[in-house]
Amino acid sequence: MSETAARTGVQGFKNLLGLREARTGNRETLARAVIVLLAAVTALTMLGSLATGPISVPVFDLLPHLTSLSSYSSGAVPEGVSPRDWIVVTEIRLPRVVLGALVGAALAVSGAVMQGLFRNPLADPGIVGVSAGAGLGAALFIVLGNAAFAPVMAVLGIYAVPLAAFAGGLVNTLLLYRIGTRGGITSVATLLLAGIALGALTGAMTGILVYVADDQQLRDLQFWGLGSLAGSNWEKVSSAAPIILVMLFSVPFLARGLNGLTLGEAAAAHIGIRVQRLKNLSILLVAGATGASVAVSGGIGFVGIVVPHLLRLTIGPDHRYLLPASALLGAVMLIAADTLSRTIVAPAEMPIGIITAFAGAPFFLWILLRKRGLTGI
Amino acid sequence: MSFHFRPARPEQTEKDHRGGGETSLEVARAGVSIGKAVIVKEVSFQARAGEFLAIIGPSGSGKTTLLKAITGEMSFTGDIRLAGRDVSLLTPDAMAEMRGVLPQISQIAFPLSVSEVVGLGIINVLGRRADRARRIADALFKVGLSGFEGRIYQDLSGGEQQRVQLARVLCQVWEPVPEDGPPRWLFLDEPVSSLDIKHQYQIMQLAADYASRGGGVVTVMHDLNLTMAFADKVLVMKQGHLLAHGNRDAIMRPELLSEAYDFPLRISQPADVDAPLVVPVRQDRQNPSAQ
Repeated sequence: MSETAARTGVQGFKNLLGLREARTGNRETLARAVIVLLAAVTALTMLGSLATGPISVPVFDLLPHLTSLSSYSSGAVPEGVSPRDWIVVTEIRLPRVVLGALVGAALAVSGAVMQGLFRNPLADPGIVGVSAGAGLGAALFIVLGNAAFAPVMAVLGIYAVPLAAFAGGLVNTLLLYRIGTRGGITSVATLLLAGIALGALTGAMTGILVYVADDQQLRDLQFWGLGSLAGSNWEKVSSAAPIILVMLFSVPFLARGLNGLTLGEAAAAHIGIRVQRLKNLSILLVAGATGASVAVSGGIGFVGIVVPHLLRLTIGPDHRYLLPASALLGAVMLIAADTLSRTIVAPAEMPIGIITAFAGAPFFLWILLRKRGLTGI
Repeated sequence: MSFHFRPARPEQTEKDHRGGGETSLEVARAGVSIGKAVIVKEVSFQARAGEFLAIIGPSGSGKTTLLKAITGEMSFTGDIRLAGRDVSLLTPDAMAEMRGVLPQISQIAFPLSVSEVVGLGIINVLGRRADRARRIADALFKVGLSGFEGRIYQDLSGGEQQRVQLARVLCQVWEPVPEDGPPRWLFLDEPVSSLDIKHQYQIMQLAADYASRGGGVVTVMHDLNLTMAFADKVLVMKQGHLLAHGNRDAIMRPELLSEAYDFPLRISQPADVDAPLVVPVRQDRQNPSAQ
């Protein structure tokens, strides 16, 4: 009965937005329109975030310079631009917006891929302990990096922490998949409970590191817990961007396979999907992108669950459209949340993780209640 | 629509049986174990495209497991060849070209529309959108679900969902005999168990038509009367062993069926019924000590 009520609510919500009934019409046309719309919204959100802050900056005047590579390569402030505005935008706000877009896209797409892989709308890197694993990997290198892993740090440089986070995320994802899936069937109850246990265990290990950390390390570590884009710079962007971009440009090739996987692993193989390869690639990409995101921005939760779910309600579950749309909406939501986080308590900053949790946790509960009949929890 | 009792086909000659290659399914000493439990033991038989083979036997006799070994879902010992090719060596996409599989239970993770589900059957086939849409519509027409394209799978009844899944499988192996390859096969695991009587007969007729157009059909069946009405060949499993395999009329005998199911059965042929019926021996005729 709650199912029917919720459905009626969704219907009303869609009518309110003026969206055509996505369930019966041609969803592909709608999906394409939504993606184009989201691309425009992403650009606008980025501009809006660049313009917002204690110093007001005429972003539209800077736009021609920001979009031309020569402005950066020369290293000088372009003519006719206030040096202060230029530095505020290019050194402080732009890296933050770019990082926000990358992390938002990575988290949302990771969520969508995990949900496709586990065949369940509740799977999310944050909830099932993948982010916690990545956090532990990163913490290991922050605290012990210069002591225990000095040679590794010397070789990998700025990529050491993202790679450690990637490894941590990968270990937890693999463990989770092993525990949660039996004979091709993923039990959602087992999955969530195992994820919580894994998250708690890795969290406790991170806690041990807190004891041995010095003050500076402690500050860095605390930032993992809540998640924040504060302190974004081009170095962080260049450490996370490669892994995230590889992931974003690879997942479209998984879309058909993930569509096939909605039938279950056995039936997906029957229609010609190479299921094992699909699973391996998905896990690798999710762990990579989540690891890179956690390494630069800490544990920002719920983006991976809210974004794909909202989009499924609108454009349907076809991964060919769901994945790119998730990347765009994830970027929009994270940039918007970050802009909010640095303005509502200005000049102080609220960690962005608090904002996404405030928005995301009730949403998660709503899905749980709505889906209770289907998931068999 | 009317249904006619299909007379059994004449026995194939020895020559046809040997070296069937392109048109046959050859199972030799196939065995499947899960952990220490042996589910299927030393099963050997051959089936030919153009025939409807029903696998019958009591619950837990290994019917579904045997089918899963043939479709590549479970690993097995022994040798299983489809169109002369070792199924344990074929890639999923090569297998998908040659055969479609309808599982017993089909749950779909996300709210896909009916046409999206059916379209999964041709997920690896490139083609113009209009061609794909037509093939999907044709498949839905075959299972009597024209006009259901935009409906959400989860909103349908169990029987409708089963027919959507069958349409997906038909969409995948549309032509029973493709121009450039060996005949295709349909592997169905209890395709009609959740359907009403009308759709039971329609779906069985669909499978029988697929066979008569040259495709291979292998179906796990619980309903012996439908087996009687539609199957050309019957394979009987009991406790993981192959109890009997042969032409329908040679297999569907009271003694053999009673032995297979450990239950006294007889064949009845009322004057106004096309196909003979398998019915229990009446209680008053039973000898209680024989049970």
